[in-house]
Amino acid sequence: MTRIEGPNPDELLAALKKEESQQRRGALKVFLGMCAGAGKTYAMLESAQKAKKAGIDVVIGYVETHGRKETDALKEGIEVVQRRATVYRGVTLTEMDLDALLKRHSQLVLVDELAHTNAPDSRHPKRYQDVLELLDAGIDVFTTLNVQHVESRTDTVREITGAQIQETVPDTVLGEAEIELVDLSPEELLQRLSEGKVYLPEQAATASTNFFREGNLVALREMALRLAAEKAGQNVREYMRSKQISGPWKLGPRLLVAVSASPHSEQMIRWTRRMVDSLGCTWIAAHVETSHVLSEEEQSRLTRHMELARSLGAETRSTADDDVVAGLLRVAREQNVTEIVVGKPTGIWPFGILRSAHFLNRLIRESGNIGLHVMRTEESSNLRAHLSHFLSREAGWRQYLQALLGVSLVTLINMVLDVFVGPRSTGLVYLMTVVLMALFLYRGPVYLTAATSALLWNYFFLPPRMTFHIDNIDDMMMFSMYFIVALAMGHLISRLRAKDRMDRRREERATAMYMLTLELGDASSWEDIVRAAVSNVERTFTAKGALLLPDVSGKLRSDLPEREYGAAVWAFEHMQATGRFSDTLPMADGMYFPLRTTGNALGVLRLQWQQKSPPTIDQRSMLDGFVRHIALVIDRQRLREMKAQTKVLAESERLSQALLNAVSHELRTPIAAIVTATSGLDIGTNPAVHKAMVNEIRQAGERLNRLVANLLDMARLESGHVTPHMDWCDVSDLINAALKRVTTELANRTVSVNIEVATPLVRVDFRLIEQALVDLLLNAAMHTPHGSPVEVSAHVKEHSVVITVGDHGTGLAAEALPRIFDKFYRAPGAVAGGTGLGLSIVKGFVEANGGSIQAANRPSGGAMFSVALPLQEQPIV
Amino acid sequence: MKDEVKKKFLALIIDDEVQIRRLLRVTLEANGYTVIESVNGQDGLVEAASRRPDIVILDLGLPDLDGVAVLKRLREWSRIPILVLSVRERDQDKIAALDNGADDYVTKPFSTPELLARLRVAMRHASPAEEQKVFRNGELEIDFVNRSVTRNGKAVKLTVTEYSLLRLLACNVGKVLTHRYILKEVWGPNAVDQTHYLRVYVARLREKIESEQSRPAMLMTEAGIGYRFMSESQG
Repeated sequence: MTRIEGPNPDELLAALKKEESQQRRGALKVFLGMCAGAGKTYAMLESAQKAKKAGIDVVIGYVETHGRKETDALKEGIEVVQRRATVYRGVTLTEMDLDALLKRHSQLVLVDELAHTNAPDSRHPKRYQDVLELLDAGIDVFTTLNVQHVESRTDTVREITGAQIQETVPDTVLGEAEIELVDLSPEELLQRLSEGKVYLPEQAATASTNFFREGNLVALREMALRLAAEKAGQNVREYMRSKQISGPWKLGPRLLVAVSASPHSEQMIRWTRRMVDSLGCTWIAAHVETSHVLSEEEQSRLTRHMELARSLGAETRSTADDDVVAGLLRVAREQNVTEIVVGKPTGIWPFGILRSAHFLNRLIRESGNIGLHVMRTEESSNLRAHLSHFLSREAGWRQYLQALLGVSLVTLINMVLDVFVGPRSTGLVYLMTVVLMALFLYRGPVYLTAATSALLWNYFFLPPRMTFHIDNIDDMMMFSMYFIVALAMGHLISRLRAKDRMDRRREERATAMYMLTLELGDASSWEDIVRAAVSNVERTFTAKGALLLPDVSGKLRSDLPEREYGAAVWAFEHMQATGRFSDTLPMADGMYFPLRTTGNALGVLRLQWQQKSPPTIDQRSMLDGFVRHIALVIDRQRLREMKAQTKVLAESERLSQALLNAVSHELRTPIAAIVTATSGLDIGTNPAVHKAMVNEIRQAGERLNRLVANLLDMARLESGHVTPHMDWCDVSDLINAALKRVTTELANRTVSVNIEVATPLVRVDFRLIEQALVDLLLNAAMHTPHGSPVEVSAHVKEHSVVITVGDHGTGLAAEALPRIFDKFYRAPGAVAGGTGLGLSIVKGFVEANGGSIQAANRPSGGAMFSVALPLQEQPIV
Repeated sequence: MKDEVKKKFLALIIDDEVQIRRLLRVTLEANGYTVIESVNGQDGLVEAASRRPDIVILDLGLPDLDGVAVLKRLREWSRIPILVLSVRERDQDKIAALDNGADDYVTKPFSTPELLARLRVAMRHASPAEEQKVFRNGELEIDFVNRSVTRNGKAVKLTVTEYSLLRLLACNVGKVLTHRYILKEVWGPNAVDQTHYLRVYVARLREKIESEQSRPAMLMTEAGIGYRFMSESQG
């Protein structure tokens, strides 16, 4: 029975305790006000004092009272954790010292101004991220926030006040928070403002006159009240949910918002979030990637939208489908979505509108039981901007020039042709030009080609010539048909090409993934895995890669500078991406991705981007795939090593079993012989019997002695305690010493010794090699018929002195040859007695002396063992 | 009566294993020795001083003192022949014992005839040797006065070093000499680690004096320790 090694109970207990403390997340309480001056800080400090009286360990992480006396007085008695000062561009800034707070680990921390943006060298760009870390560490936090800083409300705030809000807090942060509304009527606030009781930063002071209008304040107050009310409603729902059977809630609403690179998406996302708030449901932001190539600007806008959705609490999904409707509905069905939110169609008449209408029609038709919300979008884009944007997006102006040049050239050719043919043929030549252009140019230039060629055709070749006027109905038909065919052709062909490009990109991605899978699949050692992972990452992304793995104690191994290492460790421990282009330690050079499967992170992937812009959605999703796969491979390797260890254990168990079997048999037999023989001695008086018995006893004793010597030798070899004492030895001396020790065992055999004349000295441990030779000779004596000769020889071969021991027995079985030197291996049909240790000891001794041993069958019959000892430069005598 | 006692050799056995002591007592008494026993080092030293044995048989693994320590203490005041009898097989142990004054070293398990032979050799060397002029062993004859060596009556030509090596071994016939000791005696104190000198010279000597070089009968190798000149009577 194999006993599987379990974790020790102490470790288990420690792990459980850790888990427990991690599970207890700190509670967040937000003091929400409609604007500055509402008295949030005061309210927070008041609550803190109450908590302190109740015996709770409270510290101030960051509280700004702006010198207001009443507020200052409330700070008294509460421990303040010193702020951290940093110098940025010559200005000394003080920030909340997150590490000190984590180290202090009080029960409650007070943190003012949740929406604050940290100094650039801080770990997180935003203070709310610091607060999240405190909560993660199991510390409760009191904080203050103005309603205008809540992410989902910024649109409304802008609409009401006209002020663009820069510092926002994602709604998710407020998700689990308890909200305490600090309410004040607008009149009172204005009163306090005029009394100078409200502190405003100087630059804001001028803007404040606009902001603090009574109308605005009423609206802001309503927003704050509504937010608090929604929150309360949500809490009630959550409570109900936790107390009830979850049945009806599973069927509750779930929203999906379609996100694109369009600037309207942002509004849609915020709107959906508000819907979600009032419905108290979950939501998804989905993007359908089509063959449409996005410009860099669009790409980054899309990334921003997805980030925004995520920060507002949405799950984000990205799928690839040329058919947007099908893609959206697929995601919706997979995710059990009940309502889809899409934007109202915009675009240039007629195509944009037509396309959007078609899009909506299909969506309505195919969405089945899923509801549809079509959002009003702000009509911000004028036609010209849209058109120029659309046309210049893919193709440079150079392509338009090429198109015009092409059309001019063809017009010249047509003028020549016109002498011989009619307008229909020239029309076809134009048409051909459009098709050819579509093969090389983007959509815009192709449309331009189609339009100009149509006009030129009409002007130069359709009668009446040199006018845009068309006389007969035939030509009119032809002209319009031409125009439509040219546009359609151009459109079709460029779509085909775009699809082609998309396919190619997909294929590239698939190939990259495939290469990674392939190379990681081949990797069998940690070095291989690291090499394959890094080379694939570097090949696929414009970045330098590195794979950081933990050592035995679970700490990340790395020689990175401190800041980089800090980011890596953070990623490793918190299982979140850190470093450049992320929210945590963005000042680091590298970006760090935790490699995890289930449970703990297994390592960290470091990317040092060569590009200036954040990774695109495309790159991110690719990277996610890479990270997931590398993590899986690392996990597999870990499991493989664990399995190998188990195997080693099983093997050693098998060996000890074999040892026990062999030893018990080998010990018992001679002991039995001794006991039996001595009892025979006691009763017998016959001198012949007497002699035989004595002989038996002696042999049994010698056998026992040999067994013990073997076991001791084995133990020494196993424990690595064989340290040969190298000394110059005469080979013939070695052989003679060995032969002398086995005189009795080889008594009835002829032993021929053949030592090459002038065999050089070898530098070995005399005793070990002698013992090896003795064992080989005993082996021959044991396994060959009595009286058969044994041959010992020594000769120089290449760079070694080879000593051979040959016999005239039956030789070794073919299947025994590769295993003959294995521990406890006994060749099939071997005579009784023996542990199967002898030859493995011989091998161990020879190898300890830098030599090698081989077993073979001689062509003339019998087995031959060759011990090769390294030949060294001879000493001077 | 007194004469008879005188003829008998007195052997002191210092060993903590009762079975080995019993075995030795039976064997030795049967071969004309008188035997006294000690079970530990301290006791053994006292016995050796008070009883003045002719030979000491010493085990190295004693409960109180290490065998080598006992050897050293004994050698501080006595030249009694000491035969070490031990289960320790390692060369270092043997060399340590020999270099610290043991006359011979026998590992357990041992054969009785061999033990008796070794005891005789040890005692012979301890008795003040009469100045031998000629050493004879089988076919070999060494004339120490004329520094000449003959085998089967034929002169054997030896170099100066070869002769000194042979003479050293022959003078200590039956006794194992460590590499260190031989090197120091023949080549001088600076050569104690140059074991290859020995390998080469012993091989040459064997070539000249042994009848069958591949199976030497006189110059015997003691694996890992040194050499022993085997007299014909012992062989």
